[in-house]
Amino acid sequence: MAPSFREILNSGNFVVTSEIGPPKGTNIEKMLHHIDLLKDKVAALNVTDHQSSVMRFPSLGGCLAIKERGGDPILQMTCRDRNRLALQAELLIAYTRGIRNVLCLTGDAVPVGDHKEAKGVFDLDSVQLLRAIRQMESGKDLGGNDLDGAVEFCAGAIVTPEARPIEPQLLKFEKKVESGAEFFQTQAVYDLDNFARFMQYARQFPSKILAGIVLLVSARMAKYMNENVPGIFVPQHLIDELASAPKGEALNRGIEIAGQMIAALKKESLCDGVHIMAIGREEVVPQIMEAAGLTNSKPQTSPGAEGAH
Amino acid sequence: MKSITKQKPFDEIKEQLDRFDRVYIAGCGTCATMTRTGGREEVMNMKGRLEELGKLVTGWMVIPTACDEMTETAMREDKGAIQNANCILVMACALGVHRASLYIDKPVIPALDTLFIGLEDSPGDFREVCAQCGQCVLGETAGICPLTACHKGLLNGPCGGTNNGKCEVDKEKDCAWTLIYQRLEAQGRLDLMRKYHAPRNSNVTLSPRMIKITSQA
Repeated sequence: MAPSFREILNSGNFVVTSEIGPPKGTNIEKMLHHIDLLKDKVAALNVTDHQSSVMRFPSLGGCLAIKERGGDPILQMTCRDRNRLALQAELLIAYTRGIRNVLCLTGDAVPVGDHKEAKGVFDLDSVQLLRAIRQMESGKDLGGNDLDGAVEFCAGAIVTPEARPIEPQLLKFEKKVESGAEFFQTQAVYDLDNFARFMQYARQFPSKILAGIVLLVSARMAKYMNENVPGIFVPQHLIDELASAPKGEALNRGIEIAGQMIAALKKESLCDGVHIMAIGREEVVPQIMEAAGLTNSKPQTSPGAEGAH
Repeated sequence: MKSITKQKPFDEIKEQLDRFDRVYIAGCGTCATMTRTGGREEVMNMKGRLEELGKLVTGWMVIPTACDEMTETAMREDKGAIQNANCILVMACALGVHRASLYIDKPVIPALDTLFIGLEDSPGDFREVCAQCGQCVLGETAGICPLTACHKGLLNGPCGGTNNGKCEVDKEKDCAWTLIYQRLEAQGRLDLMRKYHAPRNSNVTLSPRMIKITSQA
């Protein structure tokens, strides 16, 4: 019996998760291919939810595909697009289909995406969504009504260790921990000293921290992300490193950079694992893991674990 | 507190007036004059432009306060010119447009878009600071409204997209929750931000909201 994601998080092993970006349309071939490529290599696989406010095939659809194919999905739910009724409803269906992990996000702002005139809902925020899950686990919905069948999830959230100023982020991090976040997948980490300081603070809390590793494929992409992707700050020295790579070699350099970051984090035991984000380049995640010296990080058996998730 | 308006693109006004050849123009002497969107000067300017289009401007007026019920009296004073028109172009905020529409059977066309209720920082600079949500939390956010100043309207802010105290949506715009943090910290009241804020009530009063204030006997 494969261990649950929660069991893996608590196993003391270095945890690796990654993510799938669904297509902008009904052609899910590539997405299925990426799922097959990664599902057995990582502890669990996120499916993003209209990342950067770009309309896409939904996270729930991707998670169902991962379940069908024998992987362990992490459902990403943002509060940008749906009110509390719709969010709770999605948790109900996810639970009935065997999805057991949820990442709760507020969501990128509407204007950064490709439907700039859409209404941003934000009926709940990420902290309130975490509490909603815990409330539903106790058998009641947000209206205080009894549920005919409750849910149970391993719930997580995000944090931005490189936010400036950091103090408001830490305050919110604590609220998320208190509201039930068992794990955090961080925004991209590039500054290890800063991350070490963040982890010194974060270690006092029981939640597991998976450092976000965002693959850089070119200097141009790194600059673009700095300007357009909320929460990402690529330092100039990495942009220069990519720019100085020989023609056609920038991607390989990016893979090396990511691999080295992961290796350093693991060696220093700075955190509980990593979350690898190769946006649009899911096919190189295995190479990143190899560059990091990680073998297949998905435990096949769980010591002493019995019963269904 | 002012009703902040912006003049509609002239092409849009032109399109709305397409089927009308005789127009009466009504401006407003209060907010729209301050925002230079519906005062005397703007009314005269609009008159000129409509006449260039070949419309007959049957008359015009700058109503002292277009949203006030006195507008009924004001309009009666120029009854003839108004009757002579086949529509009224109102250069006031939506309250003024609506008020005018209560007293005239003819089509009432807005020349302005009403944007927000604005606080005047300095002459000509207006800023939205209130969303009229009916659940004021300014006492817990050091005077900064999270619904207006935070693009996502977060009650448990900030979000992960804030950078250097600026908002992920507009780099010129301050992150409301970074400001709130700094102010509360200076006041020694960070516990107000640290505590959990439950989801807000979007239906404190159902729209359209109204209130009847009756005096105590």
